[in-house]
Amino acid sequence: MLTELYIPGDSPLHSARPAWKLAALFAFCSTVFIVAHPLTLVIALVLAAVGYMMAGLNASHAFAAIRPALFVLAIIFAVQIWLADLGTATYVTLRFVALLAAAGLVTYTTTASAFTDGILALLSKAPAWVPRDKIALAMSLVWRFIPMIRSQFEEVREAQRARGLDRNMVALLVPLIVRILKNADEIAEAIEARSLD
Amino acid sequence: MTTRDIVLIALFTALTAVLAVVPPITFPVLPVPITAQSLGVMLAGGILGAKRGALSLILLLVLVAIGLPLLAGGRGGFSVFFGATAGFLFGWVIAAFAIGWMTEKFWNGLSFVSATLICVAGGIVVMYAIGIPWITFSAGVPIGKAFIGSVTYIPGDIVKALIAAGVMVTVKRTYPIIGQAA
Repeated sequence: MLTELYIPGDSPLHSARPAWKLAALFAFCSTVFIVAHPLTLVIALVLAAVGYMMAGLNASHAFAAIRPALFVLAIIFAVQIWLADLGTATYVTLRFVALLAAAGLVTYTTTASAFTDGILALLSKAPAWVPRDKIALAMSLVWRFIPMIRSQFEEVREAQRARGLDRNMVALLVPLIVRILKNADEIAEAIEARSLD
Repeated sequence: MTTRDIVLIALFTALTAVLAVVPPITFPVLPVPITAQSLGVMLAGGILGAKRGALSLILLLVLVAIGLPLLAGGRGGFSVFFGATAGFLFGWVIAAFAIGWMTEKFWNGLSFVSATLICVAGGIVVMYAIGIPWITFSAGVPIGKAFIGSVTYIPGDIVKALIAAGVMVTVKRTYPIIGQAA
């Protein structure tokens, strides 16, 4: 089934409204970029660390938010030392660390369903030309489709393995996609039969 | 947008998410592994067309943003949009649109060769045109250096363009979606 990156807790950060957390994240990142000064960066890193402590998270969680970018950061660090100096390299790299950690903090303290509720609440206030029912429908369909397509992909791979074609991406994707497109017709009919249109 | 369009969009969002967990293909000559996920970008545009293809990638990015680990390597959450390579993620939407738009334009005579060129133009040229300036902006690395750093991914992207083109042409023959009156 689908997992999410949320880490349960009962801190003020966990219970804050997703929209506020997003606004704070946006303000945080903009400030770090606009007020480009080492002092801003130090304050930002301290704020991020305080945030993690408040949320009851530890350094390993912060590291997990940064780890996927580590390889690219290492290259950028090296390139900056070569182009500029150690100070600039450290500054640019730590700026990414601050941004990634802060963004990770929002993700760790907010469930996907809280975000979804937030999006739906925003949509309910949206002007009439926004197809809100369709957006809500599309979002909820993906939840159902991911496990479905995953199992269909496995079935196709099993079948093509018998023919020795399981490493051939075209032979895997064509049957899978034709099945997906046929599914689409049936699913759309089923939704319309329940007059959701 | 009919219900069927919505279903198609959601299906290709899910397909692109599933392609993230397909084991990466490694070629002995290439330094970086090829993940299948960006194939989903080319296929969403090349099979659904510009509008539905781009919407399906926007939907994927929204779901990633709200904390689902749907990107290759189980990545997800807001932090993926703040890294040095986030431009390539935003580029997916534009790339899917560009590929879809060109596929619609050249739909009647679509061949393996033209489909490959479309995927290269949209999936490589457009992607790098967005991804590389982003590296320059966020990491302060000059354009030329950022480009050299990204070059190692181009052979893999060409392999993906060839695969996507093969799929696009075969699916056009067996189950066309774009040709139908939209």
